[in-house]
Amino acid sequence: MIHSASEPPQPVQPTRGAQSPQDGAREPILATSGVSKTFPGVKALQGVDFRLFTGEVHTLMGQNGAGKSTLINVLTGVLAPDAGTIRLGGEVVAFGSPQEAEAAGVRTLYQEVNLCPNLSVAENIFAGRQPRRFGAIDWPDIKRRAQAALARLDVSLDVTRSLDAYPIAVQQMVAIARALSVDARVLILDEPTSSLDDSEVAQLFKILRHLKQSGIAILFVTHFIEQTYAISDRITVMRNGEREGEYLARDLPADQLVAKMVGHDRMSARLREAAHEEQAADALQEMTDESPVPAQHAQAAAPFVELRGVGRRGTLQPIDLDVQSGQILGLAGLLGSGRTETARLLFGADRADSGTILVNGKPVRLRTPRDAVRHGIGYCAEDRKKEGIVAELSIRENIVLALQARRGWWRKIGRQRAKEIADQWIERLGIKASDAEQPIGLLSGGNQQKALLARWLATDPKLLILDEPTRGIDVAAKFDIMDRLLALCANGLSILFISSEISEVLRVSHRVAVLRDRRKIAEVAGKASNEDNIYRLIAGSGE
Amino acid sequence: MKLSKWFSRDGGERQLLWPCVTLALLCGLNLLVNPHFLALRTLDGHLFGAPIDILNRAAPLVLVAIGMTLVIATRGIDISVGAVVAIAGAAAATILSTQAVPSGALVAQALVAALVVGLLSGMWNGVLVSFVGMQPIIATLILMVAGRGIAQLLTAGQIIPIGAPAYLFVGGGYWLGIPCSVWIATVAVLATAALVEGTALGLFIRAIGVNPVATRLVGLRSKAIVFAVYGFSGLTAAMAGILISSNVRSADGNNAGLLLELDAILAVTLGGTSLLGGRFSFAGTILGALIIQTLTYTTYSIGVPPEATLVVKAAVVLAVSVIQSPAARALAVSFGSSLVKHRGVAR
Repeated sequence: MIHSASEPPQPVQPTRGAQSPQDGAREPILATSGVSKTFPGVKALQGVDFRLFTGEVHTLMGQNGAGKSTLINVLTGVLAPDAGTIRLGGEVVAFGSPQEAEAAGVRTLYQEVNLCPNLSVAENIFAGRQPRRFGAIDWPDIKRRAQAALARLDVSLDVTRSLDAYPIAVQQMVAIARALSVDARVLILDEPTSSLDDSEVAQLFKILRHLKQSGIAILFVTHFIEQTYAISDRITVMRNGEREGEYLARDLPADQLVAKMVGHDRMSARLREAAHEEQAADALQEMTDESPVPAQHAQAAAPFVELRGVGRRGTLQPIDLDVQSGQILGLAGLLGSGRTETARLLFGADRADSGTILVNGKPVRLRTPRDAVRHGIGYCAEDRKKEGIVAELSIRENIVLALQARRGWWRKIGRQRAKEIADQWIERLGIKASDAEQPIGLLSGGNQQKALLARWLATDPKLLILDEPTRGIDVAAKFDIMDRLLALCANGLSILFISSEISEVLRVSHRVAVLRDRRKIAEVAGKASNEDNIYRLIAGSGE
Repeated sequence: MKLSKWFSRDGGERQLLWPCVTLALLCGLNLLVNPHFLALRTLDGHLFGAPIDILNRAAPLVLVAIGMTLVIATRGIDISVGAVVAIAGAAAATILSTQAVPSGALVAQALVAALVVGLLSGMWNGVLVSFVGMQPIIATLILMVAGRGIAQLLTAGQIIPIGAPAYLFVGGGYWLGIPCSVWIATVAVLATAALVEGTALGLFIRAIGVNPVATRLVGLRSKAIVFAVYGFSGLTAAMAGILISSNVRSADGNNAGLLLELDAILAVTLGGTSLLGGRFSFAGTILGALIIQTLTYTTYSIGVPPEATLVVKAAVVLAVSVIQSPAARALAVSFGSSLVKHRGVAR
């Protein structure tokens, strides 16, 4: 259940090139040829050819900014291409709006579930096109048809209950049911799995396979390499707005996929090994051996923060946790196991109702984020959009915000000084932006995350709490960020690292606390343990 | 032009284009009707003329709208400002009425009392919004209704005449040839701009307006800032209350500042500050207030019958709002280009 995605396939034969021979006879259901799109200063797409076949799952891979989203927006009528043609079922089409694309049978599911949580499941499936009888909405018919639409996906729900009564994964299924409730020929899923846990992903994939067999062409966008191989028949790799190539999934080994995403020249040894999970641990071992934090020193280091019986009724069982100076403590556990809850209690975002927190050995009261910030703690929240970025403000304003908050409102950081700080971090963290005045909301996910890191690093923190810092970020940016964090740790920064990717937690953490059902069940040394151990602990069978 | 930086932030200049155009059009219309519209003359060393008249009458609205701008920037709204205007005026008048010939000290006392009462009213709103967590429109609705009652209690349901010359000077006097109320509004605007943009408050208010959750997690005392902003709105409303009561030489708990909250909200929106919070522009708000006052002046000057004034005002406001909407402009552009295309085909 926990590790449901299958292992990456072994290379059968070396990749030959973009086209596979057996496609010659088949006509793609959806195809683009020579599609280009330019935004001010950015060539988002350059002469992209793309083909999607009926009965296949085709995955679009690429780093942030590679042009995946733009291509999807062009396919679904959100954007009009500057050049090139789109064919649907052989005929040239030019969708003026997403509605036109939907009417033509191209249905799209976006990253966030775009439904109304307060309406019933049935209403959500038929919102905007309710069947009518004598001018009034035919409720029995809606109910019947909603059940039928869900049955097609092997899901059975009480369709009269409101949507928010169901977990996010089920809401995702409802969104798919909505997408398919009218004649869909093409289903586009833009990172549908980023908020799902492993078992939910498995269920989604079951449905996708089922849909595939029923003759629907599926275009899938994800950052997860394992998931790509678990579901895809075909992979198109995008890089810098161009199509790098199209491959059959079974012909393309994972390491080569990563290499193609980042470009061969920029393919470091470490990245290549990352594609092979089993080798990654060794690679990191070497890297940390070189780093100035020796293992024995790490053991002796005094804890920066100690949690003693810190808990909150209904949220987290009392927990003991130490974060040593200059070390990374990982928190591993499933969604809802208490990872984020721990972080929020430590940061004062929620108030603990039991226990004490010690900073540098002295008991402190962390009742608000402000208290935590004053003790040198920073927190990059899980939900970047809602709890992290201030979207309409510039990168400069976002970066200096925490520093300014700490200085107080009276001692303003002058515009010139703020710009210097922002420019310095943009350069140090390699944030890709036209300049510091660009609204942060326009950056890609990885660059937003870096800017949020910069916001905290500018305050010179002692402890950074990172909740899913790499979610929705492409592989290369992920490694880039982790790399920089390790370097910061070497300089004495402590990190509390939370991620649902266990392998990632293990890779960077000195020690890992394992959480299950809102309590800490074990603490293990980071590099000493293997992934399976942690899985067993989380599943509750390893004790 | 350094000043303009304080008023409007990055990109604010473009945002101010449409309010400027609207104001220019209104002035143009007045010039057509009355070629001497912009003419100024001096009488007893005082400046007179339509522009001065408009500025003078717009001063209370400008004051209220400045406070409203900050409230709206934090995603809030304050519909109690009209009532606070009445309370402040009533408080001042009540104190002044204790002496037949008010002394200078009593006038000072009345002014301070009015400001304190306004500040307290605003703080009351701030407590409800920030610490109790009420919806701003509901929280301030309470004072909007209760405030009129308080004002009437203070004045015992009567219109209290004000005779103290020192007090009347505030809203009706002249200094260096220009009405005092214009000076007061100008100083208040500059001081506010300096306070907000000269410190980090402006950044904090914008951040709270765009994303209150993230702002709290950055370690900002968002609640205290929002509280202060409502308090400030109460203070500017009280200043307006003093000007109005001084100008009409009386305190009327029932009618002083009636519907002023709506004009203030309108001034803020006409100036391009979004009701969704975040970016704000003082310059825009001032332009908005001037547009409203010029419009009122225009309806009289071009001879719109009094009973039709409100309808005409509403129509103009609608037109201005539509022009400012990007969606409507895009529609107009595509309509225009299709017209051109059709004409081309016809030829």
